[in-house]
Parts: sequence; structure tokens; C-alpha cells
Amino acid sequence: MTAESREMTVQAPAAWIRLVTDLAVPVLAVFTALAIGAVVIWAAKANVVVAYRGLLEGAFGSVRNLTETLVITTPYTLAGLAVALGFRCGLFNIGVEGQFYMGALCSVYVAYAAKGLPVYVHLPLALLTGALGGAMWGAIPGFLKAKLGAHEVINTIMLNYIAVKTVDYLVKNPMLDAAATMPRTPYIQPSAMLPKLLPPYRLHAGLLIAIVAIFVVYWLLWKTTLGFEIRTVGANPDAAKYAGMSVTRNFVLAMVLSGALAGLAGTGEVLGLNHNLPAMFISGYGFDSIAIALMAKSHPFGILPAAFLWAALRNGAGLMQLRAGISIDLVNIVQALVIVFIAADEIIRWLYRIKRRKEEIRELVFTRGWGR
Amino acid sequence: MTETTKARFSRLRALAIVFIVIGLLMIVIARLKIDAAQVSTLGFEKFGRQPVPSQLTVTVCGALCALTALAALVLRNARAAGASLAFSLLLVLLGLLTALAQGASIDLVGMLASSLRMSTPIALGAMAGIMCERSGVVNIGIEGMMLAAAAFGFGANLFFGNIWIGVLVAILVGGLMAALHAVLSIRFKTDQIISGTAINILAVGASGFLRRAYLVKAYFVGQTLPLIKIPLLSEIPVLGSVFFRSQPIVYTMLFLLPLLHVVLFYTPWGLRTRAVGEHPRAADTVGVNVFKTRYINVIIGGCIAGLAGAWFSLETVGSFEDVMTGGKGFIALAAMIFGNWNPIGAFLGALLFGFADALQIKLQILNVPLPYQFLGMAPYIVTMIVVAGLIGRATPPAAEGVPYEK
Repeated sequence: MTAESREMTVQAPAAWIRLVTDLAVPVLAVFTALAIGAVVIWAAKANVVVAYRGLLEGAFGSVRNLTETLVITTPYTLAGLAVALGFRCGLFNIGVEGQFYMGALCSVYVAYAAKGLPVYVHLPLALLTGALGGAMWGAIPGFLKAKLGAHEVINTIMLNYIAVKTVDYLVKNPMLDAAATMPRTPYIQPSAMLPKLLPPYRLHAGLLIAIVAIFVVYWLLWKTTLGFEIRTVGANPDAAKYAGMSVTRNFVLAMVLSGALAGLAGTGEVLGLNHNLPAMFISGYGFDSIAIALMAKSHPFGILPAAFLWAALRNGAGLMQLRAGISIDLVNIVQALVIVFIAADEIIRWLYRIKRRKEEIRELVFTRGWGR
Repeated sequence: MTETTKARFSRLRALAIVFIVIGLLMIVIARLKIDAAQVSTLGFEKFGRQPVPSQLTVTVCGALCALTALAALVLRNARAAGASLAFSLLLVLLGLLTALAQGASIDLVGMLASSLRMSTPIALGAMAGIMCERSGVVNIGIEGMMLAAAAFGFGANLFFGNIWIGVLVAILVGGLMAALHAVLSIRFKTDQIISGTAINILAVGASGFLRRAYLVKAYFVGQTLPLIKIPLLSEIPVLGSVFFRSQPIVYTMLFLLPLLHVVLFYTPWGLRTRAVGEHPRAADTVGVNVFKTRYINVIIGGCIAGLAGAWFSLETVGSFEDVMTGGKGFIALAAMIFGNWNPIGAFLGALLFGFADALQIKLQILNVPLPYQFLGMAPYIVTMIVVAGLIGRATPPAAEGVPYEK
């Protein structure tokens, strides 16, 4: 493998022009989606200005609101990284939700059941088990795809339902805290808690883990042989096979890593925020993370701003609902539209007359039939 | 023997061995776990109830299952071997029902009828999938099309006060969502999996928005489509109560099934559709309009998915709940794969899932000592097994998922 062959990009224009054109489509996609959202608000006979002002203030209006936005940014970043890593290997991991649950489940067990451990043992152990839980859940569809050719989309979705029901059973039965009024596990040991960053507020050290994870994923994908193989398999599995790489091994590996990141997202919620696992643990991060990864064009450095934007939308939605009487489901509609506009970026390019750069033409392909 | 038939044979053999093991396990479990004095009552509707000794029946079922699977192993004809395995499966299910009905009674005819009912949205969804995919467009947005149709159909029922208008709106909304999928994947050549996912998310958002903004205010639950007993036919023993005492969408599904089969395989339109799905370039060369064929198929498929959505809110529950489709749209895709992209086969797959669903509901009622969460997992696990186990045997349309460039 020569150095030249790794540098496959065409001679590019100046960096800042690239950045602007790269950002144009996602930014305009969000803008257009919000504009359509405004039409929906108007159609529901609510005040658009009041609604969007509520959204903005809810997200950034005070230190409290801003830190809450960052609290949501944390799992979004990790979950978005999970989807992006799968994308890079040509895998569509819709199972982030399930892996998130399994991560939360495994970490909460270690965090409440192991007693008397020092912080520097207990906390890393709980984080590791959480990541392992997600990795295990991600390995199943990876293995099924690699060995039997079963499409990961259906299997990851099925595993989401199975994970939800597993967590529901375990939390209501063997892991139930009998003293609690609502079904939930016991509180975790203080030695397994992620410390708060700005004490009165809920912001916790999970954010730092998420930021470190961005750099780790970047390093893994672009600075290691492993990452090179994963990206090659994602770009062209036939070529990868021809070059002597094991496509199946990389499928499993990418799903394991992706699942580990998703599991870590769930772990952060348990160790940093809830400090227990309730049976009604609805995250909804699974689908949001797809939007985040698409917005970031599956690049680790794009994940953080995309996750932040998404967290702002989620966090601001509450105040929007309060002020304008618009259901928070509006955010889901906006989100779906963003996915549509980014996936079918021709619509945005046509609307705003943006030309496509030559090197951009090849895109990731997930639809390779149902297997083989 | 060609490569594919060889592979098919080895899969059948592997499946046969699995069934032999299951059959033997049934015998062992009957011996160890079932009390010889226990009696299961198997009901046959009004034709009486037959108490049978549980242990003996399960043992016999297990033995016959092992024998039929053994026959499948030695048969040289793939079709006969498959049929033999189908018998093994039926015997496993019968043994399972007997074992579960210890000291209680299960109405077998009632189970069949509720399996058919539960399989209806899955069969319709699978037909929607077949229409899209036979023309070369992958559709994982069926779940979303169903969900949006369920919500808007119910909304229309409230608004117009007429349930039939509700069904019509559901069909139209399904078609509308499919039109979006068609435009994205045919005109804009978006990746079809991503486009389908966007449809699914859009449906969750739009239906949730509709429910919280309008539907919860008008509290109204309960109106469902009428039960129609077909005169004379509904009096036929067993068949009558399984097929001819149903609700309109079940009938429509049973009517659409042979219709789609005939249209796909015996009409020029079906030939064109399949040609476009297998080799669009060749179809284009002989003058078939690839884009038009795909648009029409995807949109009609969406209308069928919309009807499946109406099944949830208008035929069964009489109300709309968030994400009430519960993954049935994805299970429908598994049924489609199970049926090798053929309507009749997909229907059999749907029946299997419908049975799994009916069984878990029945078991929750019977208070079987298994947590309800695990029972509820059954359809999802069966889906995974089907997708993993049959995917190598199934041959999807060759041009599926590839946008056509003229």
C-alpha cells in the first residue's frame, strides 16, 4: 500500500471554500426544514415567532438551559458517532436504540451491585461494562450479516424491540428496587457516578468522554490500518475483498465498535444523569442519531456541532410547547425533513442553486438488496 | 446440480436436522416435565372439545415431527422435502399448544381465526413490499406508511364521522407517503434505505403531532369496522369461522392476494414490472417506461400499506396510539423475504408471524408461567430467524435498490 493510494482525493480548492460549500447543504437543509416546520405551526393556528422564540430560549436562554442542551448533546454525540462509524463501513446501524439500552442495563448492574470499590476502579469498570453491553448487542446483527448475509437493518430494528422488552423484564423483576414507587433499579454506588462539571447543574463528565470519543474514532478511522480496512470495505466491499481484506471480519468489527459507542451513550445517561435505570426508559436517541450522522456526513468532527444542534432542538421544544402550544412532535417532523433534504441533497442544491463538486459524486451506498 | 440448488438442498437438510432435534427434545420434555395424569383440552369451536392426555400427545407429535423431518432429509425432491418440513413445523406447533394447554383448554379453530386476523397487516405490508421490490425499489418505509395511514385514517373518521372515509383516507395517505419515497428514490436517486428511514421518522413525527394536536382533544374510542358474516359460507365447519366471519380488511387482503399473484405473473403489466425489477436496461430497450412503472408500483404498494395501517386504527382498536404499528411493517418485509417475493409465499410467512402473535396473546391470557415480555419478543425473534435462515435461499429482484439512469 503506497502513500499515494491512500490519498485518493482530487486536488481540492482552497480550504475555506471547501468548508463553506461543505456546510452549505446541511445548514440550508436545516433552514428549509425549519421553514416547513413554520408552515406546520401556522397551519396548526399557532404563532410562528412565539414558537421559534420559545425554541431558541429553551435551548440557550439561560445557563441552566444551555447546560441542559449540553447534557443532551452528550448521548447524541456518542450515538451519532456510532451510526457514523457504521456508515463508514457501509453498515446502516438502526439498532443504536437497542445498544443504548443494553449499555445502560449492563452498566447499571455493575454500578449498583458492586460495592466497596474505589472510584478509580468502579467508574472505569462500569463504563467498560456498558460499552461491552452495547458491543455485544451490536455484534449480533454484524455476525448475522457477515455469516448469513441477513440485512442489518431488519435485524437491528428487531433487536431494538427485544432490548426494550429485556430491559423492561429485568428492571421489573430481578433488578427491581423494592423500595421504589415506580419500577426502577436501585440507585448506583457513588463510586460509579460520573462527576458533575458545574455543580448545581446536571452537566456531567460524560460530555468529556464524548469529546474524547470523537478524537478516538477519528484516529481509528484515519490513522490506523484497522480504520483503513473499515473505510475500504465501506467504500467498495468487492475491492476490499480483492485486496485481501476480510469483509465479514470488518462488518462484525464495525458493528461491535458502533455498538460499543451506542452502549457508552446509554452508560453516560445512567452513571451521569439518572443514577438508576427506570423501566420507562425511553430514549428516542436511535433515530435522532441517524439524522446527526447524516448531517455530519459521517465525519467525527461534524458530529459534535450536529449533535449540539439536535440537542438544542430537543431541549428547546419543551418551552416552545409551553409558549405556543405546539406539540414537541414538531421536532420529529423537522428532523425527518432534514434527513430527506440531506439524503436527497439534489433538492437543496436545486432550491438554492448550489453546484456539486466533482469529488463529491461518489456517495455511500446502503441499499445492496437484502443480503449476500 | 447447479450451485444454487445445492445450497438450497444443504439449507433444507440443516433445517431438517434442526426439526429432528426439536422432535426428539419434545419427546424428552414430555417424559420429564409433563405429568402423565395431565389432560389438555383442545377445542374445536362448537364441534366439541377433545380432552387428550398431554404427555402422550406431545410425545406423539414429537415422534411424528422427527419422522417427517427424517423423510425430508432422505427425499431427493426439494419440493417434497419442503412440504414434509412444513408438516414437521405444524406438528411442533400442535405439540406446543398441547403442552401449554395442560389443565386448560385452547380453541384450535379460534387460534387459526386469530392467526389470520393478526397476519392481515403483515400480509398486506408484504404485498406492498412485493409491489415495490418487484419493480426494483427497496421499501423499508412500509412501517411509516402504515403508521401515518393509521393516524390520518383515524383522524378522518373523527372529522367526517364516517369510518369508510377513514379507510379511504388511510389508503390515500399510504399512497402519498409512498409517492414521497418514489420521488426521492426514483427522481432524486437517494439511497432507498435512507429514504425509507426518513419516511419512518416522518411518520412518527406527523402521527404524534396529529394525535397530540387534534386527536386527544376529541376523545373517541371504539368504533371499528363491522364484522361481516357471509351467509351460508360462514356456516361451513372450521373454514367458515376462520375465513368467512371476518372484518372487511381481512376480506380485502384475502381478495388482493390472488389478484396480485395473477397480476404479477399472468398479465403484461406484471411482466413489465418484473422486467423493470430484474433488468431495467433491457426493459427500457424494448420500450417499457422504467420510471413510470416504478412510480405506479411504489404508489399502489403504498396504498396497500395504507390499508394495512387502517387495520390497526379502524379495524382492530378503534383508536390511535403512538407507534401502534409496533414493527409490523418490518415484520412484513421478513414475510416478503420468507415468501421469496411471491404473494402466496409471503402470505404463508405472514400466517406464521400472525400465529406467533396470536399465540403470545393467548398465552398471556392463559397465565403461562413465562414473563409477558418474553412472550412479546416471539414475533421479533421469529423474524430474525427467518431473515437469517432464509436469506441465502431467497433471490431478490436483481435490480433492486439500484436507481435507474436513463
